[in-house]
Amino acid sequence: MRALDFAYMWDLVPVLLGYVPLTLFMALVGMFFALILASVMAVERVFRVPVLDVFVRLFISFFRGTPLLVQLFLFYFGLPQVLAFLTTIDGVTATIMGLTLHFSAYMAESIRAAILGVDRSQWEAAQAVGMTQTQMMLQIILPQAARVAAPTLVNYFIDMIKGTSLAFTLGVTELMGATQKEAAGSFLYFEAFLVVAAIYWIMVEALSFAQRHLETYLNKAYAR
Amino acid sequence: MTSHAGISINGLNKSFGETSVLKDISLDIAPGERVVVIGPSGTGKSTLLRCLNYLDRPDSGTIRVGDLTVNPAKASRSDILALRRRTSFVFQNYALFANKTARQNITQALITVKGQSKADAQARADEILRETGLADKANSYPAALSGGQQQRVGIGRAMALDADLMLFDEPTSALDPEWVGEVLDLMRRVAEKRQTMLIVTHEMQFAREIADRIIFMSDGQIVEQGTPEKLLETPQDPRTQAFLRRVAKTGS
Repeated sequence: MRALDFAYMWDLVPVLLGYVPLTLFMALVGMFFALILASVMAVERVFRVPVLDVFVRLFISFFRGTPLLVQLFLFYFGLPQVLAFLTTIDGVTATIMGLTLHFSAYMAESIRAAILGVDRSQWEAAQAVGMTQTQMMLQIILPQAARVAAPTLVNYFIDMIKGTSLAFTLGVTELMGATQKEAAGSFLYFEAFLVVAAIYWIMVEALSFAQRHLETYLNKAYAR
Repeated sequence: MTSHAGISINGLNKSFGETSVLKDISLDIAPGERVVVIGPSGTGKSTLLRCLNYLDRPDSGTIRVGDLTVNPAKASRSDILALRRRTSFVFQNYALFANKTARQNITQALITVKGQSKADAQARADEILRETGLADKANSYPAALSGGQQQRVGIGRAMALDADLMLFDEPTSALDPEWVGEVLDLMRRVAEKRQTMLIVTHEMQFAREIADRIIFMSDGQIVEQGTPEKLLETPQDPRTQAFLRRVAKTGS
């Protein structure tokens, strides 16, 4: 048993913080596209568009049914071998792609459930005033479903932030990769990974704080 | 108020599974006419209203509003949209958009459906909110409004659409007794403008006051119809007589 090298940890913090933007970038871009894709798939699942429905179900089944790491390897190492125009794909792009597709599959199911939870009267009122289906979904149903789905979706975003650490396996020097390199140089593995764990934890805590504000905002129409 | 088109319903049928709910309903409503539908529960009164804007799609029969005729055998999505845009609907359970303020509930369709500018829609909404006595509730969400207030917004939302036909599906049935009066008062004001209205209600006194014609429905059919005096004082059909006796006994 040895004492922790606090001085080393202290010096490591600013170094590792430099990689936080890349981690957040991958998570935010991934979340952005995942939300769009998931909403589209959720709406499709509610209306069960012929033919398309088969593909969406297959998509969801595959991306929920296989490990994220396998999917990342598939995109990063596999795709360039079969798609001639993709001689290489960079690790950040492959990670964002993997996170988007993987989490959109989960999120589609939560959003679908939230859509089905919106009271029937809301659909009927939108129809009765003559809104088109698209107007109804975008302005009445999805905003109300968002309120129901928000806590779950934030959970997936948290998972996604942590999931960016897998980019390390594709050779991306992001937060996790940088920590690995630092630790390999200093041999102070415990200290290095303790620092990076704390950084992830604080990021997620900050997000939980934001979540409370988001939920207050989404609930403002429902306060008595 | 702009002049409105007449309504003509011809041979409307609707079944839910094995149960035939509407049987060959035909009905003409003149522009500006106020028609009240009465009858026992479960006789298809609400379904009739819901078929008129295709919230329930009829099995057969045509609905004509002005130059628009909609037939379920060949009604396209745009036909249905057109029909809905010529009617407005007041729901029993208010059905206000829960994520929108009172004012937004009124402006929503004016902007998205009628293509009005935000400023025009808001000016119209504020006018309606004043008319419905809710000017101070413009920015309140439905959850913060009483049942009576919600239904007045619901009626205001429908009024704003300036439809050829306003449909009222038991608008006071879900209300606590204390709110019924204010909603009926508002409906009286709408009726005074000679807005074409088709109202399903159990409020007999109200029906007598504002209706040009009362229709008695039973078992999915129009049994008898006439002026309030004629239908309420001298009903011809035994089913109408029995229904009116029952209603008189309960005092509503």
